[in-house]
Amino acid sequence: MKLDAKIPDGPVAEKWDRHKFEMKLVNPANKRKYSVIVVGSGLAGGAAAATLGELGYRVTCLCFQDSPRRAHSIAAQGGINAAKNYQNDGDSIWRLFYDTVKGGDFRAREANVYRLAQVSVNIIDQCVAQGVPFAREYGGLLANRSFGGAQVSRTFYARGQTGQQLLLGCYQALERQVAAGTVTMRPRTEMLDLVLVDGVARGVVTRDLVTGKIESLAADAVLLATGGYGNVFYLSTNAKGSNVTATYRAYKRGAAFGNPCYTQIHPTCIPVSGDYQSKLTLMSESLRNDGRVWVPKTAGDRRAPHEIPEAERDYYLERKYPSYGNLCPRDIASRAAKEVCDEGRGVGPSGLGVYLDFADAIGRVGEQQVRERYGNLFEMYQRITDENPYRVPMRIFPAVHYTMGGLWVDYNLMSTIPGLHVLGEANFSDHGANRLGASALMQGLADGYFVIPATIGHYLASTPLPKVDTGHPAFRAAEAEVTATTRRLLSIGGRRTVDSFHRELGKLMWENCGMARDAAGLKGNLQRIPELRAEFWENVNVPGSDAELNQALEKAGRVADFLEFGELMCRDALEREESCGGHFRVEHQTEDGEARRDDERFCHVSAWEYQGPDRAPVLHREPLTFENVHLSTRSYK
Amino acid sequence: MKLTLFVWRQPSGASSGQLVRYEAPDVSPDMSFLEMLDVVNEGLVLRGEAPIAFDHDCREGICGSCGLMINGIAHGPMKGTATCQLHMRSFKDGDTIYVEPWRARAFPVVKDLVVDRSAFDRIMAAGGFVSVSTGSAPDGNAIPVPKPDADLAMDAAACIGCGACVAACPNASAMLFTSAKVGHLQLLPQGQPERHRRALGMEAQMEAEGFGGCTWHGECQEACPKGISIDWITRLHRDFIAATVTQREESAADAGF
Repeated sequence: MKLDAKIPDGPVAEKWDRHKFEMKLVNPANKRKYSVIVVGSGLAGGAAAATLGELGYRVTCLCFQDSPRRAHSIAAQGGINAAKNYQNDGDSIWRLFYDTVKGGDFRAREANVYRLAQVSVNIIDQCVAQGVPFAREYGGLLANRSFGGAQVSRTFYARGQTGQQLLLGCYQALERQVAAGTVTMRPRTEMLDLVLVDGVARGVVTRDLVTGKIESLAADAVLLATGGYGNVFYLSTNAKGSNVTATYRAYKRGAAFGNPCYTQIHPTCIPVSGDYQSKLTLMSESLRNDGRVWVPKTAGDRRAPHEIPEAERDYYLERKYPSYGNLCPRDIASRAAKEVCDEGRGVGPSGLGVYLDFADAIGRVGEQQVRERYGNLFEMYQRITDENPYRVPMRIFPAVHYTMGGLWVDYNLMSTIPGLHVLGEANFSDHGANRLGASALMQGLADGYFVIPATIGHYLASTPLPKVDTGHPAFRAAEAEVTATTRRLLSIGGRRTVDSFHRELGKLMWENCGMARDAAGLKGNLQRIPELRAEFWENVNVPGSDAELNQALEKAGRVADFLEFGELMCRDALEREESCGGHFRVEHQTEDGEARRDDERFCHVSAWEYQGPDRAPVLHREPLTFENVHLSTRSYK
Repeated sequence: MKLTLFVWRQPSGASSGQLVRYEAPDVSPDMSFLEMLDVVNEGLVLRGEAPIAFDHDCREGICGSCGLMINGIAHGPMKGTATCQLHMRSFKDGDTIYVEPWRARAFPVVKDLVVDRSAFDRIMAAGGFVSVSTGSAPDGNAIPVPKPDADLAMDAAACIGCGACVAACPNASAMLFTSAKVGHLQLLPQGQPERHRRALGMEAQMEAEGFGGCTWHGECQEACPKGISIDWITRLHRDFIAATVTQREESAADAGF
């Protein structure tokens, strides 16, 4: 396998425009001759499906939910970045590019990030034109707020429901194409395998989640926009259905997996309350605009927050990072929370929590203003915890939120399998080792609305694509494999539920491959995960049949993949002997506990190639070069 | 807490269903309603029985997947709260809880508590959008939108498409859902060019799907987890009537009168 990132020549600011001109085009009348499968209907997949439909391609879009509007992009709260500089506060495409490369701890590809910053401005225009009700000032113009890792206000938002509004805009564009007949939508359909014909991605095998029918779909190109793999930790802010299956099965068919160990632990989530906990709930980072994070100065101080006088509180982010304060990047804020809890200064019943306090903001701007900015988040907090955050400080703790790793893609968003393109969180490309807040929505929509519609045409126009249909033996073989796996899961009849395996895997991942990682813990996981996997295949109980709606079976297939994928993550984390962004190796830190990167040995993307079951995958490296943003130690002090 | 559940079980859309009794002996008040069902399901699987099927995904009250009739109330007893955000502290030890799927002809049962809400997607496809293809948009600040209009549009746009309004309505009308989208786009300059087409198209599709008409019971706004007001239905009617008149005039003009 050879990794060729296909980065265009020329200065970074000109690469995308030059590339767009140099790429081949498909004549408008010929577009309808090409078919494209889009897996996933979130911001990346929905935007791609709608836009490719508008261009005239024949698109089939799949999602496992009952409607494309349910994709997990909908849960994003805080906002979307764009280099509009409407606030006249010194923002520019170059600054967004710079902040994102630095925020990613110099582990992202410069050319991709620059393009992302460039198209960010078009995204806002597009969404406004769709009718996305962004927040506005009294003059009628768009409002902005600040987000972590930036010193400018460039985040556009729709109350605390920005993801919802962007996704609904995208969903509406998609439904318009469904009505126009260019997109066929297949909800409640899960992709279970990728089909290659002569080494080229030509289709997928799916399961109809209502009838259980295993079916093949053939096309000229396949796009995966299936999100991240945060649910490998069992507890995360992801939706319950979010999974690694589509990308992992593509990996098993030969697509390299890039930087699987890069995981984002979000600093502001509601702490765990009990063993029955099924998911964690995020409280938007935007809250850090007005909330102040603190813990008691003394370990073991169990007094109620209002009984702790000002002088005995430690506003540790403001103390340690005076120039960014409460708005330092997510990886740094999360580690700092872990540190104070490890010192015994955590708050709440479990001691795993820190305060996020709005008393000063309420004193400064009044409760009404605070309600206007964060009302729905405060309500959500109260509903879950039964505490009123207008009166008592919120308790928050870090939780798994986003995964920067994903299938390796080149500048055109194509994986190492020709014809297989990967978009949004499912690819590895733009966020390096840490994603800045409000950049996930930006990347999903950039890939879907603006990048893939340009690059897919070039692929289709420059690749010979002989006619293939689902009668081809490659489809038959993949269907047989999928059916056999399904039947095997149903026939085990063991004594443990799928969830019990998932919880156990999640605990192993959180403890040894979470906020802090060391060689001993990772090696322990590399031994323990295969044992757990072996037990799963002997002792799991999946009731029901394969010819019906069977949610236990759906879960079982996903957890089976997580049980393999978790091992790949630990392997990657063990191999990367440095700390960078969200990947913190305990062995590699400075004297004051900050991440210590090793640019000599690790300034590269790690891309893993599958070698078959029970064989170690092979590591390939794509070197990263920084010609515009110079490699430096990240500092937010 | 110890609870008794009566849950609607129906193997498939083609078969008949019934309420089945389950005991939930060890429920914590901090659990969400769906976490309580998770625990019941774990027990069922270990006893070799089929777990209760229900739709759910984000469990943060925003994706709109979940939706159960709980003691006859859509999304249960807590106002402004989707099922996944309902916590067991809303119930007390010894309670009996009836759990059923949404009931509406246009939402056929798929299995147990899972229903088919694809009719909502088809209503959206009948006009719930602005026809603006990618790349053709002017600058985001080119057209100012008064803040009160944008805020009000956001109130309507907050709809999560869960279907509680239909389930709560004695007529199984989808008027609140439809009017929320019509109202959201009606308030924005971007929504004006297709304003009339949208109202006509979406209403016609709503009827074609078999939803009932609105007779102003107001149950929908009581059930809505996002607090969407029936005022939006008035706004929909206004556009619908104006569109009907405009359409009559246009077809008269086309006919050469």
